[in-house]
Amino acid sequence: MAWLNTTDLAKNAPAGERIAVAGSVLDGDSKPIPDALLEVWQANAYGKYAHPEDTQDTQIDPGFNGFGRIPTDRDGHFRFVTIKPGATPGPGNTLQAPHIVVAVFMRGMLKHLYTRIYFSDEAANATDPILGRIEEPARRNTLIATRTTGAPEYRWDIIMQGENETVFFDC
Amino acid sequence: MADPAGYRRAKPGTQPNYLHPPYQSSIKRAPSKPLIFLPHTLSEITGPIYGHDNVGPTDSDLTKQHAGEPIGERIIVSGHVLDESGRPVPRTLVEIWQANSTGRYRHDVDQHDAPLDPNFTGAGRTITDDEGRYRFVTIKPGAYPWRNHYNAWRARHIHFSLFGPSFLTRLVTQMYFEGDPLLPLDPIFSSVADTAARDRMISSFDLERTIPEFALGYHFDIVLRGRNATPMGS
Repeated sequence: MAWLNTTDLAKNAPAGERIAVAGSVLDGDSKPIPDALLEVWQANAYGKYAHPEDTQDTQIDPGFNGFGRIPTDRDGHFRFVTIKPGATPGPGNTLQAPHIVVAVFMRGMLKHLYTRIYFSDEAANATDPILGRIEEPARRNTLIATRTTGAPEYRWDIIMQGENETVFFDC
Repeated sequence: MADPAGYRRAKPGTQPNYLHPPYQSSIKRAPSKPLIFLPHTLSEITGPIYGHDNVGPTDSDLTKQHAGEPIGERIIVSGHVLDESGRPVPRTLVEIWQANSTGRYRHDVDQHDAPLDPNFTGAGRTITDDEGRYRFVTIKPGAYPWRNHYNAWRARHIHFSLFGPSFLTRLVTQMYFEGDPLLPLDPIFSSVADTAARDRMISSFDLERTIPEFALGYHFDIVLRGRNATPMGS
């Protein structure tokens, strides 16, 4: 199964700002989860998905597929490198702020969970139609990766259960 | 762009719950808060695409990946991948992994006291053809013990992982074998409440797919999303 593991989505030097996202996956007792697997999917820097359903009149970037599969290490930690996605169309003529969709797999989960990563330095988050569906600001913040000042490094943790639980989607 | 049509949501009882107390590991990992409804956007109806370039000649034959043949009952597992409307899903990636005939996985975490088979790794992949058909040759996996509860054994199973046309059609499930006496005792198998849905995870012996003097055939169709979807199961 490791043949699809890609922790560097930007390895073919695609267009866009090269960034890293890192964090931990924790359970309901705040213990690290060493057997989690994250699958990520995103648009390229122009906001275009490498898939025929995306009929936007913007460019595909041949150096960018948009998929990554990242296991956590024995400390429950993950890190992947990619390029910052562009904004993509949302429901009803809205525009979605730059984001990465994530599927989370692990022992103990009979089916995977979906979540998203947004970026703290994007003003567009304020008008994102999906973030707007989350009523409590504290819950909304669980989807926003925080940028380390200066460096293109973002921190985002997945808390499976409890008070600071990450938002997961019914889709 | 017009709003995508999106997929139908699962009927209650046809998929396992995240929290399933008989499955111990789910207790601290299942979300406790309600899931937020997500309309299907371009992000959800697109997904990674794989093709024939991604599979090699022995990837779908788990008995031919080493110098010798593995020990065990040779079987052929085949069927269709279908979408929510019952249409075949052509050219989609199907991956499998499984224990060997003694019930031992080839990875460090499995320390069950059963022999490893030097001629068996247990991982395969294939791409469905233009009619949505897949086929694997492998050996029948053994049952294995796990520490979920006293004297707990997993029913014989093969893990299946599929992408389908989009990120939301992603399916990871387990295929079981009809007549296995461990099925009613396996909390992972019984995590799906709806019995019709549960039965969709069981493969059926098929004499038509059996090759004389070579291998028994098992039939297993997989449905991505929709009313007749195959339930998920890690």
